[in-house]
Amino acid sequence: MMKKESQITFNNDRASTSALESEGLTRRDLLKRATALSATFVVGPGFLASSSAAWATELQALKPETFATLVQMARDIYPHDHVGDEFYVTAVKGYDTEDSAADIEKGIGTLDAAARINGHSSYLNVGWERERVKILQIFENSAFFQQIRGGLVTGLYNQKAVWPLFGYEGESFSGGGYLDRGFNDINWL
Amino acid sequence: MAAPFDLNDSSVVVVIGTGAGGGVLANELAQKGVSVVALEAGGRYLPEDYVNDEWESFGQLAWTDPRTTSGDWRVAKDFSGLPAWIVKAVGGSTTHWAGASLRFQEHEWKAKSSYGEVEGANLLDWPIDAAEMAPWYEKAEDKLGVTLTGGREGLPGNNNYLVFEKGAKALGYKEVHTGRMAINSADNDDRMACRQTGFCFQGCKWGAKWSSAYTDVPRGESTGNLEVRENAHAARILHNPEGKVTGVEYFDKEGNLHLQNARVVCVAGNSYESPRLLLNSASPMFPDGLANSSGQVGRNYMRHMTGSVYALFDKPVKMWRGTTMAGIIQDEAKHDPSRGFVGGYEMETLALGIPFMAAFLNPGAWGREFTTALDGYENMAGMWLVGEDMPQESNAVTLSPDVKDQFGLPVVNVHFDDHPNDVAMRNHAYQQGMAVYDAVGATRTMPTPPYPSTHNLGTNRMSEKPEDGVVNRWGQSHDVSNLFVSDGSQFTTGAAENPTLTIVALAMRQAEHIASELSSKNL
Repeated sequence: MMKKESQITFNNDRASTSALESEGLTRRDLLKRATALSATFVVGPGFLASSSAAWATELQALKPETFATLVQMARDIYPHDHVGDEFYVTAVKGYDTEDSAADIEKGIGTLDAAARINGHSSYLNVGWERERVKILQIFENSAFFQQIRGGLVTGLYNQKAVWPLFGYEGESFSGGGYLDRGFNDINWL
Repeated sequence: MAAPFDLNDSSVVVVIGTGAGGGVLANELAQKGVSVVALEAGGRYLPEDYVNDEWESFGQLAWTDPRTTSGDWRVAKDFSGLPAWIVKAVGGSTTHWAGASLRFQEHEWKAKSSYGEVEGANLLDWPIDAAEMAPWYEKAEDKLGVTLTGGREGLPGNNNYLVFEKGAKALGYKEVHTGRMAINSADNDDRMACRQTGFCFQGCKWGAKWSSAYTDVPRGESTGNLEVRENAHAARILHNPEGKVTGVEYFDKEGNLHLQNARVVCVAGNSYESPRLLLNSASPMFPDGLANSSGQVGRNYMRHMTGSVYALFDKPVKMWRGTTMAGIIQDEAKHDPSRGFVGGYEMETLALGIPFMAAFLNPGAWGREFTTALDGYENMAGMWLVGEDMPQESNAVTLSPDVKDQFGLPVVNVHFDDHPNDVAMRNHAYQQGMAVYDAVGATRTMPTPPYPSTHNLGTNRMSEKPEDGVVNRWGQSHDVSNLFVSDGSQFTTGAAENPTLTIVALAMRQAEHIASELSSKNL
């Protein structure tokens, strides 16, 4: 099981992000396109509130609104307010394939359906995280939810670029370990 | 005859596995002039190959062949296909271990006599005792270069230890120190001193931590008496009509089956693979599996009572800096039934990087309770709790009726239910662990469930009487005189201590016995 998760992670290709960026496929472009594609698609507040424009992606198989919802779902599962959208995008980008698309569209469709039952136009349009979490809790034991959550464990937290945001320093061998670099530097005890 | 040895050479001792048991045994026999073929299921990785990256290293070293699980233990739910976190490589799990090297306490060799009848537990006294093992422990400590033994200095304490030590002392604990560790505090035995790099679980890139991969294995090979065959997966042990084993069939990397003849076979594949091999070697003469007249092969599986406590503080700790296991509290290791359980437990600092912390802090958890804990990662301290669990006959490694590995061999199902004593001990340990951190001003403490098992014990247990266990006081099969078990599966009971030092001591003792029996033509 864990091996599978780590493979998902290692398939993430961070390098492609900058290439896409240079093609002008910014998040704003993507969202505009998404709005044009779907009259009912309204971007959720959490998504718009992000000031980070670093991520950009070109979708291969998923509908833009589906992908945007998937990113929001990822953030709602593992919310870190100091971690930008680009890391969540990278974490779930691996699902944007012909093989996965049908399952993901279906899974996100059930989230939207649950949101509508609760009086919202879509999952993304649920204003408060607490309300979105209530929707996720309905599906907590579903294969879809567990697939997304399990994949995030490595997809999100095994991104080397995200480690410094948690203070984690990663490998230390190249620096000669911490013997001369503060292995016992605690000063508040 | 010098290595490499011919498949038809029936004078060799075949050792299956090259970890703490097999790697040491193979070298010790080779040093005594015995010809040895060691079959290692994994490949060979050395310090230059190890990576300071938790998942990448896991992909490089971990045993990830399929296994199945059942029982009420939480590992079966959280990691259903990965009940154990052990290594498939030359050196076995000595590449991964943290280095804690503790002797059993005297009473732990005699668990049944010490604890009395415990309902539901299949307790038994070891047929050996502390006095008999003392000289072997000393030899093992010297081999591993264990700190705070034999006049060797202790390691310096890292940040994680300093927090732990302060809390321990505030609680009144007395036996608190940086541990008896097989990690060099000074250059020793051609291995350098620890650089406090962390990543002890990923293989020590400096070689400061003892591993058979770069000590016993190459030293044995340099005698010319030891041949290590890598990527050689033992499939079946064969025997003759007299009931003596005659050789081992194994698959090579390409999946081709070979037969290595043998005078003696020693099984040291860890507590899942060793009973699996014996069970997969069933024959018309031994229909329940080799060495299994007692029916105890695969039974009494123990994995230590484990759990962890992580704590958040309002200031940085940076626990990942320095040795992964940096110190110990031993005050709770005693047997004191007034706590509501028999046996005891050790408290040992432990640190995980952010990738493993995300996977292991509370598997399956999500939402802000979980993520705010990770947000405090830099301010986190951690400890592992490890204590004696009760052997239960129903906790067993059995052959899966339907799942097979890449070679078509049945894989193991690992069944484990916590004994009420294990649960009571874990709850006590959680309370004490959290109290340690509360005493230093923790703002939040988290009792963390067990990881996939690293201490797998007891599935071919040692017993005085043949009907009670699988092997005798030498690790020799009660049923088949030229078949030995040389790993932690021979443990009669688990004791509270990390098992590697005891596995090494038993392997050194067994090597002397086998060499002596060979020379006197008893084998």
